[in-house]
Amino acid sequence: MALANVCGLKNYSEQSGQMFATRRLIDRPNHYSFGTKIQEFAVPVGEEPVGFLKSCNTEGGARFELHHGTTTLSFKFKHGVIVAVDSRASTGSYIATCEYNKVIEINPYLLGTMSGSAADCKYWERLLAKECRLYRLRNNHRISVAAASKLLCNMMLGYRGMGLSVGSMICGWDKEGPGIYYVDDNGNRLSGRMFSTGSGSNYAYGVLDSGYKEDMTVEEAYELGRRGIVHATHRDSYSGGVVNMYHIQE
Amino acid sequence: MEYLIGIQGPDFVLVAADNVAASSIIQMKHDYDKMFKLSEKILLLCVGEAGDTVQFAEYIQKNVQLYKMRNGYELSPSAAANFTRKNLADYLRSRTPYHVNLLLAGYDDADGPGLFYMDYLSSLAKAPFAAHGYGAFLTLSILDRDYKPDLTREEAMNILRKCVEELNKRFILNLHSFNVRLIDKDGIHDMEKLTVGAK
Repeated sequence: MALANVCGLKNYSEQSGQMFATRRLIDRPNHYSFGTKIQEFAVPVGEEPVGFLKSCNTEGGARFELHHGTTTLSFKFKHGVIVAVDSRASTGSYIATCEYNKVIEINPYLLGTMSGSAADCKYWERLLAKECRLYRLRNNHRISVAAASKLLCNMMLGYRGMGLSVGSMICGWDKEGPGIYYVDDNGNRLSGRMFSTGSGSNYAYGVLDSGYKEDMTVEEAYELGRRGIVHATHRDSYSGGVVNMYHIQE
Repeated sequence: MEYLIGIQGPDFVLVAADNVAASSIIQMKHDYDKMFKLSEKILLLCVGEAGDTVQFAEYIQKNVQLYKMRNGYELSPSAAANFTRKNLADYLRSRTPYHVNLLLAGYDDADGPGLFYMDYLSSLAKAPFAAHGYGAFLTLSILDRDYKPDLTREEAMNILRKCVEELNKRFILNLHSFNVRLIDKDGIHDMEKLTVGAK
């Protein structure tokens, strides 16, 4: 802090950093660990991710087009949380598969949806699942939805500007009741009643907003979730396949 | 597209922020709170790039609280503002600068109320009134015209209402509700949310 700086008192973290004498980026398999004394992020030594990505996106270079080709939605209502996703995985204009599950089950009470780059989402949410499991083992109670989403958000912020593409909703039921958090690669983290992500999200919002009632029955909620995805897949060429739906209850 | 405003009176500061959290053309949240409580009598209002705002504001918030824990007394608003500016300046020429625009409002028991304007280039100015966002272009002139140093709380609220009306009339984006808070010697008070009907 200011007073400490003026008095010449060094921070603890600066001192311990000097003891270990390394603050460089290291490429190692198990690179992202919480609680280490040194903050290290895995980037290949000598590479500069931001510059590399710029070269790929300019004319004349190989073009990496990162599409968020998906529709996912989730909303809270009286009887819990509904999560609905489409199942199309596309690479540019080629459909890689129509049967991709874009929801990762972190534990029986916590789900993560995926939109954006399939590889990024799958990897980071599996890492989140590992951290949630470790939390459960260390603290003897399940992690809250807010804390899980904060963990994912901090992971995203660590790699800010390096071209990650993740738009995820962490949905679950914890001590505070149902919770939905939207987390994306910019470091946005928003808590809310209803979110939709991906290229088809605009279409899904239209259907959801006009059909939503807090006191819907369970059947009506299933129908609303299904309709949201169906209308989005109808209009958006990057969404399609089947509708995968989850209902989170207490 | 986001809007912040602060008005300083003789013994209070009135601040307001809009409630919209947007992602390109979609309003993702309608009731988002952009004010961060740094201490009992200091508020930090923060707008700007998506992840940066919360990250930077929480960083400042936790450090101000840490200072209180380590030293036993709270930072004054002026000291907190300068600390915030220093952090912005340190990161400005790094690989990851924080693109945030801030208003820091506080009440110091010794110096009275204070409103500090900071922007993403880490400038700092203590001002009697200030605003951020496109809405500022429309409303700063209203503040110039109607502000006087010995405002009462009622008069400050009226100026705020005038500003919000102007935004509703001329600003193309729909900012339909605003969080309002008042800071005085008794701490931070939540005022009634200002909502505007459809145009």
